[in-house]
Amino acid sequence: MVRFDDVWLQYHRSSGAVGTESPAIISHMSFEIPQGGFRWLTGTSGAGKTSVLKLMYLAEQPSRGKIELLGTNAASMERREAALLRRRIGVVFQDFRLLEHLSAFDNVALPMRLARRTEGQVKSDVTELLHWVGLAGKMERRPAELSGGEQQRVAIARAVVNRPKLFLADEPTGNLDDAQADRLMMLIIGLNKMGTTVVVATHSKRLVAEYPAPRLEIARGMLALDESLVWGR
Amino acid sequence: MARRMDHLGLRTAMADRLLPVLVAAMSFLAALAIAGTLAAASLAAQWNHDTGIDLTVQVPEPGDNAVGGSTPREQAVYDILAKSPQVQAPHVLSAAEINNLLRPWLGADVASLGMPVPAVITAQWVGSGSPDGLRTALDAVAPGTLAETGERWAARVAALTASLQASALSVLLIVALVAVAVVAVATRAGLAQRREAVEIIHGLGALDSDIASRFARRATMLTAIGSLLGTACALPVLFWLANLAAPFSGVVANTAWPVLPPVLWLILPTIPLMAAAIGWVTTQQTVRGWLRRLK
Repeated sequence: MVRFDDVWLQYHRSSGAVGTESPAIISHMSFEIPQGGFRWLTGTSGAGKTSVLKLMYLAEQPSRGKIELLGTNAASMERREAALLRRRIGVVFQDFRLLEHLSAFDNVALPMRLARRTEGQVKSDVTELLHWVGLAGKMERRPAELSGGEQQRVAIARAVVNRPKLFLADEPTGNLDDAQADRLMMLIIGLNKMGTTVVVATHSKRLVAEYPAPRLEIARGMLALDESLVWGR
Repeated sequence: MARRMDHLGLRTAMADRLLPVLVAAMSFLAALAIAGTLAAASLAAQWNHDTGIDLTVQVPEPGDNAVGGSTPREQAVYDILAKSPQVQAPHVLSAAEINNLLRPWLGADVASLGMPVPAVITAQWVGSGSPDGLRTALDAVAPGTLAETGERWAARVAALTASLQASALSVLLIVALVAVAVVAVATRAGLAQRREAVEIIHGLGALDSDIASRFARRATMLTAIGSLLGTACALPVLFWLANLAAPFSGVVANTAWPVLPPVLWLILPTIPLMAAAIGWVTTQQTVRGWLRRLK
């Protein structure tokens, strides 16, 4: 479950008078996504979608308010606890964030190796997943040797390889053609059906129309629309 | 078998040349400082022993009668020395021996100068502390008699040794601090170069200890290798210095090759261990401190 309770995100100014704060990036944000729920996160560029995702994968701490992630209060977590929680969250970034010195296989294997899975299990799971995303012949290639779409598929494979309880994606189909985007959506929906909570930030009206789910519409850092109530879940 | 992955690309981020070379230089200096400390302590102990036990007694007007009797002053003094349990092997220097002693200052035949030369008795002082009681006893039978051990020189040697050891320990401390600084700077450079990789791995759920240990393993290996090389390079210099010091130590006069003190052979291997420990602890602290900036 993901719950935001009057969450604000505001940065302290790095210079100037002590105690001054820049305008709030996120404010008055309250919503709840039940375990196994699916939400589209929509809004114009700069509305605050990426910031909401950052709060969800613990890259930012709220300035005010309370965030509950997978049954844990994000504000009161120790560093170790936060790291272990991150292992249960799969994230696909807009800029992929792959490690350039590692092969596609090793990039996807990274979350499993951090979780100290056996190499046998790593090899089996990663190979299967790379087959599924259509990169079976390019497992040893480094990101620089892959196209943008292929890098995105590596990033997606890395995000789902540990069967996360919460899956977050920031424009995951931005570099994919429609066929690849549909294939990806099938994977995400499959994950969701297995109980993973999914939040996907997107600009694609086609995706939202073809894969109907409640939308969280962000405008100027505030929640403009929560369709959960309309959808009833 | 699981292979050791270089997730953070540290093989290129923490260069395998500069850090080992700097640590090698530090270890070289540390080896010399340690050897200097030991040599100073060893020579001081030997000189203390030599100068501390030599007793030289000068009896002016040796042929005159001792106080309260008809025994010559020289004989009376000798008798007291011979009976004292704190004095061993008293020996009255012959005229020839005294001549030999004074020849550099007074010429070939001291007797021909007609100077009043005191009798000289040498012995070994085995008592504890200074021979003040003995001096009083000797002065009672032969006033003006001088009895001296090397205690004053021993005190000066001890002071010199203490200052040498303090200098060597200061050098060791400075070397250790510089080594800490060098490792910290190398680690920070590695972090700056691999900042994005560290942030990605952190975001994937790596524990601070995981990331710090990866850096620390690399730094420990580089410092240990550098330190081994530096300590090995110091050996020829130590042998050369031991050769120079051989006449003073009196230990190796009969050997074809200079010999290093056994205790030095025990301590030298600890330099790479200490360097490795500095590498591990410094890197862990530096990386953990840096990671705190990440949420």
